[in-house]
Amino acid sequence: MNYHWNWGIFFEPNPMGTGTYLDMLLSGLVLTLKTGALAWIIALITGSIVGVMRTLPSKGAYWFGFAYVEFFRNMPLLVQLFLWFFVLPELLPKAAGLWLKQLPNAPFWTAAIGIGFFMSARVAVQLQAGIGSLPRGQKMAATALGLTTIQGYRYVLLPMAFRIILPPLTSEFLNTIKNTAVAITIGLLELTGQARSMQEFSFQVFEAFTAATLLYLLVNAVVVTSMRFLERYVAIPGYITGK
Amino acid sequence: MFSNFDFEVVRRSLPYLFYEGMTFTVTLTALSALGGLIFGTAIALMRLSGFKILGRIAGVYVDFMRSLPLVLVIFWFYFLVPYIGQWVTGASRPISVGAFASSLITFIMFEAAYFSEIMRAGIQSISRGQPAAANALGLTYAQTMRYVVLPQAFRNMLPVLITQTIVLFQDTSLVYVLSITDFLGAASKVAQRDGRLVEMYLFAAIVYFTISCVASFGVRRLQARIAIIR
Repeated sequence: MNYHWNWGIFFEPNPMGTGTYLDMLLSGLVLTLKTGALAWIIALITGSIVGVMRTLPSKGAYWFGFAYVEFFRNMPLLVQLFLWFFVLPELLPKAAGLWLKQLPNAPFWTAAIGIGFFMSARVAVQLQAGIGSLPRGQKMAATALGLTTIQGYRYVLLPMAFRIILPPLTSEFLNTIKNTAVAITIGLLELTGQARSMQEFSFQVFEAFTAATLLYLLVNAVVVTSMRFLERYVAIPGYITGK
Repeated sequence: MFSNFDFEVVRRSLPYLFYEGMTFTVTLTALSALGGLIFGTAIALMRLSGFKILGRIAGVYVDFMRSLPLVLVIFWFYFLVPYIGQWVTGASRPISVGAFASSLITFIMFEAAYFSEIMRAGIQSISRGQPAAANALGLTYAQTMRYVVLPQAFRNMLPVLITQTIVLFQDTSLVYVLSITDFLGAASKVAQRDGRLVEMYLFAAIVYFTISCVASFGVRRLQARIAIIR
């Protein structure tokens, strides 16, 4: 190997004048986490609504949920980001389109919304499965107690379903964080993007990518560990994972 | 809203989009799925082999690959493969590998981690009595796997494997970051040349959507069929 290693590169100043190369990567990490967090909030809220709709007795709600999931699941995330970023502003009325294009931090908002909706389809499927896994009697008991449909979901079905699907939701959350790397294509300088520009400025390919890899592994480990605690905390007594 | 659209640009670029772009995408998807399945099965067998060290290595590999974003892995291999090639062939300089070879290696290595988890579940779904019976019949470990366990595991997991291949098909669009002319890359090149981003990206979205939709409906029918036989 005639590759010239230079691990000290992280402490050399970067050409942008924003501190060292390490600072550059860390600012990328922060942006990755911010984008991931916002996208996850969007995914969780819309995904929960759609997931519940897919379990409602109403045919219309079911079909809407079905179409929603198929729509967001059957296109590559990259294409969806392009649709949000390049196509949507052109399809809107002129003034609105212009406003969108001139928005500061447009890549950030586009990435968060695009990834959020992309992941919401997956959350919806998980939640539908979670609600479906509950015994039928729970819904009936809620109705027999005089709870309305909304109350039944709010107090009986959802608290159970969310706790059951916590492990798959954890991996969907990790997927959300990982998917923010796709936003490099619309110019978001998240962790992968910063590693890439560090490589372009300094020619230290492997140092840059090694650092990015370690940071991703660290994020992964932190999320997995904290979710383990949460899982244990909310475990349902009587289930395999329960106390 | 669609008044100043130029759908002629899509029609004009159809041969380029499909002969160049889609051919690349489909070839990459098919070869990666095949390679990923073979490697993935090997990894799954390592994990279930009972040799602690082999199992650990395979487990670490799977966990490692699954915690990294695909885009980063694509970059990694893009820069790493020339050096590995140099090391393997003993050349004096990093050898140049084509865009196709580089992305194929990337996707095989990346998908192997995901396919191995599917195959592991498939192998574990076979009842214990079967390998025991094969053993009693005097079959070696390799024969047991080849004739008894793997065919059933593969068949049981076929819907999941195809679903993963559909995901892979969509993920191949990420080679865009290396400026490769896959289907999306081709669409994007035409879009930028002719200044027709809206038409080309909408068309690309429709094509991806249609193919994935048809494939996933196929999976659902297949699932129903397999469920009836069992």
